[in-house]
Amino acid sequence: MSWILASPIIIPFATAVLAFLFRAGPEGRWLSVIGSAALLIASIVLMVEVLDQGVIAAQMGEWAAPFGITLVADLLSAVMVVITGITGLAVAVYALADIDEKKEALGYHALFQVLLAGVCGAFLTGDIFNLYVWFEVMLIASFGLLILGGTKVQLDGGIKYVTLNLISTILFLSGVGLLYGMTGTLNMADLHGAVQRVDNPGLLVVVAVMFMIAFGVKAAVFPLFFWLPASYHTPAFAVSAIFAGLLTKVGVYALIRTFTLIFTTDVPYTHTILLWVAGFTMVTGVLGAAAMNDFRRILSFHIVSQIGYMILGLALFTPLAIVGAVFYLVHHIIVKANLFLVAGVAERIAGSTDLDRIGGLYRYAPFLGLLFLIPAFSLAGFPPLSGFWAKYVLIKASLDAEGYLIAGVALAVGLLTIYSMTKIWGNAFWKPHPDGVEPRLSRLPGKDRAAFLSPIAALAILTCIIGFFPEPFVQFAERSAAQLLDPTDYITAVLGEPVIAPVAAEPVATQPVSVELTSGEPVTPTREVQQ
Amino acid sequence: MELLIAIMVGVLVAASVYLMLARNVLRFLFGLILISNAANLVIFASGRLTPQSPPLIPEGADAPVELVANALPQALVLTAIVIGFGLFAFALTLVYRTYQNLGTLNSDEMRLAEPVEAKAEARK
Repeated sequence: MSWILASPIIIPFATAVLAFLFRAGPEGRWLSVIGSAALLIASIVLMVEVLDQGVIAAQMGEWAAPFGITLVADLLSAVMVVITGITGLAVAVYALADIDEKKEALGYHALFQVLLAGVCGAFLTGDIFNLYVWFEVMLIASFGLLILGGTKVQLDGGIKYVTLNLISTILFLSGVGLLYGMTGTLNMADLHGAVQRVDNPGLLVVVAVMFMIAFGVKAAVFPLFFWLPASYHTPAFAVSAIFAGLLTKVGVYALIRTFTLIFTTDVPYTHTILLWVAGFTMVTGVLGAAAMNDFRRILSFHIVSQIGYMILGLALFTPLAIVGAVFYLVHHIIVKANLFLVAGVAERIAGSTDLDRIGGLYRYAPFLGLLFLIPAFSLAGFPPLSGFWAKYVLIKASLDAEGYLIAGVALAVGLLTIYSMTKIWGNAFWKPHPDGVEPRLSRLPGKDRAAFLSPIAALAILTCIIGFFPEPFVQFAERSAAQLLDPTDYITAVLGEPVIAPVAAEPVATQPVSVELTSGEPVTPTREVQQ
Repeated sequence: MELLIAIMVGVLVAASVYLMLARNVLRFLFGLILISNAANLVIFASGRLTPQSPPLIPEGADAPVELVANALPQALVLTAIVIGFGLFAFALTLVYRTYQNLGTLNSDEMRLAEPVEAKAEARK
């Protein structure tokens, strides 16, 4: 059991070491592809296990539950790991053509694999301090990837990305410290019960808001998103794609996890803040996108805008809304990563990402046009693509919750998304190239073309599958939402059958925490789940 | 003791906010270092300060016999210091490289990734 849970973390780390050793030659990139494929397989094995057995948990180093570090996978964690595997493999294949030898020699593949390990770790951990550690692993790898190559633009974007993310990390760390001070535990499943017993709920809300801000920076929500459009258009396209697909979504995942499992003591207050944040995020993101005139910068602002929809699902906090949030999360990662991959090909054959300086892609590369249209329409929410179902569920949920204003905002933002997509379409695809270049796909060497187009096509097909056959995916999201809203299974899997009671005999917040250590409670969680 | 640490955290945060409001990126970074130390102290204090009773288990016993200090926050702080050190080493190098390449540390002048008024200038 513990191997199944740990392998999505171990495989990328091992690959990273190997890829670093072979960074000078072509072996490195193939190791990265093989490692990513192995990660995908490991994640599917994990998913099968979770579907079969429900929530699974494992205690690392055999330290009993609330004290040691736990790895947990419920349906949400499992699906996020699978999506990480899919995007990771797609980008690893894409990188065969996109990343030049200079960047490879600097250790691109190793950093990329460390990033995947960090992301999987963040999805799988059941310990809030450990989550902080995974965030840091992810962060340092992303720093490296972002400025790899060291052009002026990258350094400029990198400074903003690094500084703002470090602030969020420090806020997160202080939040963890204060939460520990109040509850005496760091285990997320244990925290669910422990926060109910805190005798100063007001203080708990303060800590909840600290977490909200910290994860909000990571997730790039209004008004904390400024680092994202400043930096995401600067690195290599493969890096942009993996960032766009996964990094902000780890923030969203962390918000969903903490605000369904831990901070549910004052839902009317905290989730109302989230609702406002969601609305403003959607609107400011899409307005920013409408104002931009660069392929990647438009897409960067779209990320912000789309994050708003996911937060909307969490903020409404009804079963249907959470279903929408989970569905949106999954659909969005695939679509968004894919759009950045398309942007990379467009730049390669047309010469730029500045919309004023490219054109003619529809005439000379119609296949690329098709590959752009699928994720673009899906993002905007055209039926029958995946984005339509995601938006449909969310808007229905907001109407059910009588949030007519927010439903209207969500619909209007969809419309503006189409506007900015047509801007890309009109400029990059329809209008003739200003320099008279003929941007044909055949300008790419054959090997590069396969490496560029196969991941794009695969992700586009996946988008179509989710769109045409949404039923199993919605059912899955429903099961996942049920688990999130009723975390009994999660807690039982981590802590074993109810044994939490004795520790709670004294109100922890007023006593020195060391009481727990001295009293020597025989904490004996039932272990059959963890073997 | 708690009061002293609380005041210290406050002073550190105030100083770091002052530094972070500066336009100079290096000052901003120094502010970050201060605030990360404040965060470490927060963790340390929220684990309750129990002076003069180290968490030692006497020989032959399974658990400490009397009230001892909580060792966990120290482990957390240690982890946070190590991670923070790595990140700041990176950030410092980044700032230095940026200074070398862009020739400025003023954040107002760092507009390469997001050029202002590029269009307005083009129209002139």
